[in-house]
Amino acid sequence: MRRILTLFLVLFLAFAIGVSYAKDSIIVGFTMSKTGKLNAESDEQFKGLKIWEKYVNTQGGIYVKSLGKKLPVKFVYYDDESSKERVQQLYARLILNDKADFLISPYSSELTATAAIVAEQHKKIMLAIGSASDSIFNKGYRHIFQLYTPASRYLTGAIDMLKALNPRASKVAIVYEQTNFATDVCKAARDYALSKGLKVVLFEGYAPGTTDFTSFINKIKSLQPDAVIGGGHFADGQTLAKQLYEQRVKVDVVSLLVAPSVPEFAQIGKAALYVTAPSQWENGVKYNEKAAKKLNIPWYGPSVAWFVKEYKAIDRSGKEPGYHAAAGLAAGLVLQRAIETAGTLDANAVKAALEKMDVMTFYGRVKFDTGRFYGRQIGHEMVYLQWQLKGGKLEKLLVWPPEAKEANLISYKKNF
Amino acid sequence: MEALLAAIITGLLLGMVYGLAAVGLNLIFGVLKIINLSHGAFIALGMFGAYYLFQYFGLIPFVSVIPVFVVILIIGILLYFIAIRRVMGRQELSTLLITYSISLIIVGLGTFFFTTNPRSIDIPWESIRIFSVYIPATRIVALFLAIICTFLLYLFLYKTWIGKAVRAVSMNRVAAEYMGVNSHVILATSFGIGIGIAAIAGVVIASIFPFTILSGGVYELKSFVICVLGGLGNPFGAIAGGLILGLVESVLSLKIPVGIVPFIEFILLVLMLLVKPEGIFGRR
Repeated sequence: MRRILTLFLVLFLAFAIGVSYAKDSIIVGFTMSKTGKLNAESDEQFKGLKIWEKYVNTQGGIYVKSLGKKLPVKFVYYDDESSKERVQQLYARLILNDKADFLISPYSSELTATAAIVAEQHKKIMLAIGSASDSIFNKGYRHIFQLYTPASRYLTGAIDMLKALNPRASKVAIVYEQTNFATDVCKAARDYALSKGLKVVLFEGYAPGTTDFTSFINKIKSLQPDAVIGGGHFADGQTLAKQLYEQRVKVDVVSLLVAPSVPEFAQIGKAALYVTAPSQWENGVKYNEKAAKKLNIPWYGPSVAWFVKEYKAIDRSGKEPGYHAAAGLAAGLVLQRAIETAGTLDANAVKAALEKMDVMTFYGRVKFDTGRFYGRQIGHEMVYLQWQLKGGKLEKLLVWPPEAKEANLISYKKNF
Repeated sequence: MEALLAAIITGLLLGMVYGLAAVGLNLIFGVLKIINLSHGAFIALGMFGAYYLFQYFGLIPFVSVIPVFVVILIIGILLYFIAIRRVMGRQELSTLLITYSISLIIVGLGTFFFTTNPRSIDIPWESIRIFSVYIPATRIVALFLAIICTFLLYLFLYKTWIGKAVRAVSMNRVAAEYMGVNSHVILATSFGIGIGIAAIAGVVIASIFPFTILSGGVYELKSFVICVLGGLGNPFGAIAGGLILGLVESVLSLKIPVGIVPFIEFILLVLMLLVKPEGIFGRR
């Protein structure tokens, strides 16, 4: 009797284990900010992820060689309320309760930094989107992979643009929002400007939520720089641009973070004209198979045009997709490519595939640092857009780098 | 030199707006002897009044001051009879609590209905050149609006019967009542006018800077400094205090980091309290 019971028990356990190991989908877990201050950007990022879900699942899923079949992707996600505390709880839940195979970060450097700690503790691979911070990658993490160009290379192109526009330019003023992200970006830009032989005549932060920049502008006018760079987020950047125009600050380059790359920036009318901004991605970028061939790297995934079409089908407001959404799709594609290369869902094998990855997608080149800043993005480049008049209408056009531009860079002085 | 000139002009323009924001606070303190902690909330309500009148009726802020003032005046009079009257003459803590709770209610409802996304009213007016300094036309109109409002308040307080009654109640409430003044009506009107002017300041600020429902707090804080500088209880002292604060902010920040300026402003406040607590134009 006892033998029969043991046999039953063994059979039952074998069956139970068999059931739990018969994988029928790849679970990708993340949080998004359905509520709270990061809602708008996070929602865009989510649209990008949805586009990837559709892209991959209409093909039947991702081919996993070790299982000999395609597995569809299943999303598990929660609302993090734009709060670090929620992120910490929810990523633990995604890993422990929901058994996510892979993770995607929330939006923003701040939330990603929190999610990264949880992912690293559980040795789960996490693709970091919506976060440009460098500091996440100097902590020795081995499972976090960044899609954005990091802060240290975010605004350096503005200095190159200034030099191209006016080779005799010698002075730069940097005014930035006192947040981690903007401060990191502007410090890196300052160091880069100094290395190019420029003088940084003003380097000063303003409190988040500042609405009156008169004092800064009075100072800038007295120092007569050739470029004003900095900014922080949308509201302050838009106000700064407006007040620079109203008080006629005559410089060659005005380059601000975030704000000018948002379509609503055009609300300030003429004050938007000739303002430039770095962007991770813009509709109009020339990333395609030909460009990949030139760099001698493989091309992967759908085209820019396909992404734009799919985005407009989801969004329905008729607006162009921005880089937040593009990065969402790009993260999915990078994960898909890594799983296909590894041929298994084993974290170590996928990690090895990510380390070796050097690929071009519609989002641009993607390659990860494997040295001291393990996981930091080193392949992707920023593009610069400028608000110009096209047929009497304000439009943002790609003006930098020269190989990706749609239009010529114009001096901000032309406003006056 | 040019930079200094620019700083002085922009400082004076801004100072006048600060002053206007503080006038209402000072009027209420002078007449009702209460510190109105809902001042900032009414400034914010003025901002949103201007925003929606601009959005839906195309009224530019300099026109919408009139409807906004009238509505807030009525709200003020009602609030006096519903809430403030119950705590008149009680300890300071009661009046502080009641005005603070009004503020919490307004800001809470405002956050719910308007969210905290920044709004702005964009009037496509060009800048005007004064000497070598370019000043946005909206700021110059804001300056004139602030001057006109102050002048009208002066006319009201010194040339009308109700205004004289307001001053009488502020000087000696009991004596004023003996003279046949219905003090509750006067106090209610004063409260209404006080927050009405706060709302006008909100309208003016909204025409220059972006704002959220929380923006009133910044100006409320500045208003306290201004009132102490100019003299508590004297509405016109507030204008002087505002101009001083605007100039200090603007000129000092030419040479020192802008982030340190508020620190200096509050040191000024403490010094004023130590040396001349009644303020420049205050009464002992």
